[in-house]
Amino acid sequence: MNTIYVLWLRQLKKYSRSTPRIIGSLGQPLLFLLVFGFGFGKIFEKAGGGNYIQFLVPGIVAMAVVFTAIFGGIELIWDRQFGFLKETMVAPVSRFSIMLGRAFGGATVSVIQGAAVLVISFFIGFKMSNFLMIFPALIFMFLTAFFFTALGTAIASKLTDMQAFPIIMNFLVMPLFFLSGSIFPLNTAPTALQVLGKLDPLSYGIDGLRYAFIGISANSPWTDFLVLAGFSVAILFIGKYLFEKMEA
Amino acid sequence: MPIIEVKNLTKKFGDFTAVNNVSFSVEKGEIFAFLGPNGAGKTTTIKMLTTLLDPTLGEVKINNFNLKNERDNVRRSFGIVFQDPSLDDDLTAYENMEFHAILYGHNKADRTPRIEELLKLVDLWDRRKEMVKNFSGGMKRRLEIARSLIHTPKIIFLDEPTVGLDPQTRNHIWSYVVNLSKKEGVTVFLTTHYMEEADKMADRVVIIDHGKIIGSGTPDELKTSTSTNSLEEAFLKLTGSAIRSDEASSVDQLRSHAKMWGRK
Repeated sequence: MNTIYVLWLRQLKKYSRSTPRIIGSLGQPLLFLLVFGFGFGKIFEKAGGGNYIQFLVPGIVAMAVVFTAIFGGIELIWDRQFGFLKETMVAPVSRFSIMLGRAFGGATVSVIQGAAVLVISFFIGFKMSNFLMIFPALIFMFLTAFFFTALGTAIASKLTDMQAFPIIMNFLVMPLFFLSGSIFPLNTAPTALQVLGKLDPLSYGIDGLRYAFIGISANSPWTDFLVLAGFSVAILFIGKYLFEKMEA
Repeated sequence: MPIIEVKNLTKKFGDFTAVNNVSFSVEKGEIFAFLGPNGAGKTTTIKMLTTLLDPTLGEVKINNFNLKNERDNVRRSFGIVFQDPSLDDDLTAYENMEFHAILYGHNKADRTPRIEELLKLVDLWDRRKEMVKNFSGGMKRRLEIARSLIHTPKIIFLDEPTVGLDPQTRNHIWSYVVNLSKKEGVTVFLTTHYMEEADKMADRVVIIDHGKIIGSGTPDELKTSTSTNSLEEAFLKLTGSAIRSDEASSVDQLRSHAKMWGRK
């Protein structure tokens, strides 16, 4: 318990001290929100999709969460390069609790980052249908964040330097993001895209968020919750296995 | 009863044998120097003794605990200062100490006085609220030494603790170490490339090369057996004077890239 707490606290401290990082990782979601939101807004409306900003914001909030989370997981590589990882690996604590602490810390930071994007989106006209639904929204944000932090950690346990980071972004994170129904509705997409979307854990996170934010979703929110929780437990055990085998 | 007992320790990386059937023991309370040229197997051995690498073969007992199946007890028995820095640069000196204390299960009541005592010992108490990234190399080393002692370990491993430091700081660090071993009875296991330091500090020396032990004894015994006047001459006589390649040559870096991409 102590191990998880102290690792969680460490990530929050480091995050709160790094203003450039906070601002930098808001940049990309905001760019997407403004460019797509205002660029495609009219077309989306003409095609009968309704207000595009309302549709887009859950996806962009998830984007902020996912990008921060995957980076939080990959940070394990920094810790290895700067030697700090060894300090935790020789301590009399289980590898699993180290991994859990990192995952909770990374997930918390990601939720804060996602919440910041949500707050900003209110200023460009986004409206939640019921503000109390912020609580299920936070649960979906947290689950999404937890899954992607654990995924990042699992990947990072097999890597020795940061050079693979662009590959992870371009061949894993970006496809997962675009296939998740974040910026266009999946139910009108070609069947192949729909199938891929069904396999994408992020689809369920975004669908759940959309339910919480605007009351519209493809699946029941319970389906979203259970699928996402299932993916998180699975990646946690894969990560546990890799993390325990890792040699510093 | 030796506090570290190593029997037939072997580590292989694929075809390469980094540590080859090594046996030695360290007595309680002594200052033990583990010497060897670059790539001799020193750091690999320390990594195995400190549970960071699994041995391929052999048996190790640390503080009477078996390395294989009593890992957490082994881990509680030692403190370590790694060859490369292992502090979190984005935390303060105090936070680095606190992190370690919590990780080793100390509650607030017993960690607060211990951290203060140790930070004062290494003359960093006044700078406890500063970020570690603003510290000099010597200050970082002192902080790491203090940190490795928080959980009152029986053994402290120092892997080249004075590399890259000026003579003043080196002197300082060794005086802390000698102090510790005298006052608290901590067993010191150190590696260094500065032979005169080992000559001065160590009660006993083991020299390793190409993964094998090629000499052991007190510094005086080693000098006598090689009929030389200093430990440095004895060391050179035993290991030869050919220059060794550094541990991470460009080929090794390429190899690690290849490994990253899943090629062997």
